[in-house]
Amino acid sequence: MSDKALHHQSLVELRATLAAKTASATEVAQHFLARAKADHHHAFLAFNEEATLAQAQAADARLAQGDASPLLGLPIAHKDIFVTTDFPTTAGSRILAGYRSPFNATVVQRLSEAGMVSIGKLSCDEFAMGSANENVAVPAGQPQPVTNPWDTSRIPGGSSGGSAAAVAAGLTPAATGTDTGGSIRQPAAFCGITGIKPTYGRASRYGMVAFASSLDQAGPMARSAEDCALLLSAMCGPDMDRDSTSLDVKVEDFSRDLHKPVKGLRVGVPHEFFAEGVAEDVRGPIELALKTLQAQGATLVPIALPRTELSIPVYYIIAPAEASSNLSRFDGVKFGHRAKQFTDLADMYEKTRSEGFGDEVKRRIMIGSYVLSHGYYDAYYLQAQKIRRMIADDFQRAFADCDVIAGPVAPTVAWKLGDKSDDPLANYLADIFTLPASLAGLPGMSIPVGFGEGRMPVGLQLIGNYLQEAQLLNVAHQFQLATDHHLQTPGGAA
Amino acid sequence: MSLTPADIQRLAQLSRLSFDDAQQQRLRQGLNDFFAIVEQMREVDTSGVLPMAHPIDAMPNLGDHAASAAQGMSLRLREDRVSEPNQREANQHSAPAVENGLFLVPKVIE
Repeated sequence: MSDKALHHQSLVELRATLAAKTASATEVAQHFLARAKADHHHAFLAFNEEATLAQAQAADARLAQGDASPLLGLPIAHKDIFVTTDFPTTAGSRILAGYRSPFNATVVQRLSEAGMVSIGKLSCDEFAMGSANENVAVPAGQPQPVTNPWDTSRIPGGSSGGSAAAVAAGLTPAATGTDTGGSIRQPAAFCGITGIKPTYGRASRYGMVAFASSLDQAGPMARSAEDCALLLSAMCGPDMDRDSTSLDVKVEDFSRDLHKPVKGLRVGVPHEFFAEGVAEDVRGPIELALKTLQAQGATLVPIALPRTELSIPVYYIIAPAEASSNLSRFDGVKFGHRAKQFTDLADMYEKTRSEGFGDEVKRRIMIGSYVLSHGYYDAYYLQAQKIRRMIADDFQRAFADCDVIAGPVAPTVAWKLGDKSDDPLANYLADIFTLPASLAGLPGMSIPVGFGEGRMPVGLQLIGNYLQEAQLLNVAHQFQLATDHHLQTPGGAA
Repeated sequence: MSLTPADIQRLAQLSRLSFDDAQQQRLRQGLNDFFAIVEQMREVDTSGVLPMAHPIDAMPNLGDHAASAAQGMSLRLREDRVSEPNQREANQHSAPAVENGLFLVPKVIE
């Protein structure tokens, strides 16, 4: 049991608090709901107090019967890209105004069955397209970008910016996120929390509003690797009937290796991740973190990921191509927004989509339409898919010499709100270090390793081979046992 | 290469999107800037490389982890059976226009 304030406790600590009956699940839910409702970071988009408290009471009933499930009664909030029956789902877009899903996303359902209590829905870039959360388009009329709890003049990262900010500000101890090209790892790094994107296919995509289907993957965001391991264990597992890309791989206990020493671990250090362009204030904490791992008995191995820079055009061809196809379903017929005035069906589609989608979404649909169109398909889309395989092969070559790969999540700390909002290309370029693992479908995570300019958090990225999440979490946990960066909060140490 | 205003109009039409002149201008500039960084990709020699549509087809044998390791990792088809119940009302709940259980759209055939 911990004597820390509830909002400074990790999931593991909160669970001990519940077990010791120092607080009930209902009291814990009320505590976080009150904080979340008073939030001025614009992290939350929706609440349903009645549903939250009903879930908390159900958890209290299970607790009273001695149910020892590790996540029972603990609060979580969901990125608004997961469909939910208890809350509206907008995907950050005006085009889903008024939408209420008839079902829960598999990930939401699994966490709910594990006994977790949903606090609300979290802001994100529209359809998860963005690196700063500045592309959120709801609420219609006055969309508010999420601010970074470490410095409210800065972005929290994206697209899971609401998730990262909410955890960092102690509005929820845990959140779901999704990562297509870095959308869990980068906001986790920018907000000083821990997040993991598992191997593509580990977590069901059923009920995740689709952006780029060959890249989208759900994962947890929380205060520590230990917490992320518990969450990931509940989130993952086959969903054979409902997601054709769900891996037929048994449910795993990702906490099982947390306590293994890292002695003898080979950490691959790609020199491309330390090239010019990486800010000095990021490089410092990253190099210090590598030294810490070394002091714990790990060996640093120089490796090469020669197509790191190419991952930018490759990703920004493939993801928009898939998005242009996925987003064709938003036509004003079956759900969401429909234009008021139109002449015929084609005009209804056009006006509905033009009113409903924001600028960045339209831009990506246009890129997608172009690279998939006759005469350009081979030169762009197919070429990108071929280089994608070369990037995946580069990783396999690297993993012959190392167990995990380490480097920065992003070249800089979180930038100021508005700094890159008129420059989509600058946002794309800042994704350089998260895109390669996304394209390959590899698991990747971010852990806080210190502070850079303006006392903004810096995140270390750890990339593992396919299905090696337990090992990533092991390395992260061992690092967190030896350091206290993950215990820092915007209001001072917890 | 450089996208022309006519290209932008054609892509907008394909995408069922419309833009005013100022938006088109901005978009054309933005897309041309983007395709400038794509050029480096076109110079890569990819002869003999199979396109990778999906991470699953790049995953090596996953050994004991995978129940389906014997046949390797590949996309599969679902068994052809009814698994979802009829939820017409719930599914039409968020539709902009519904009548008698049907989605309403503007008249298509005269």
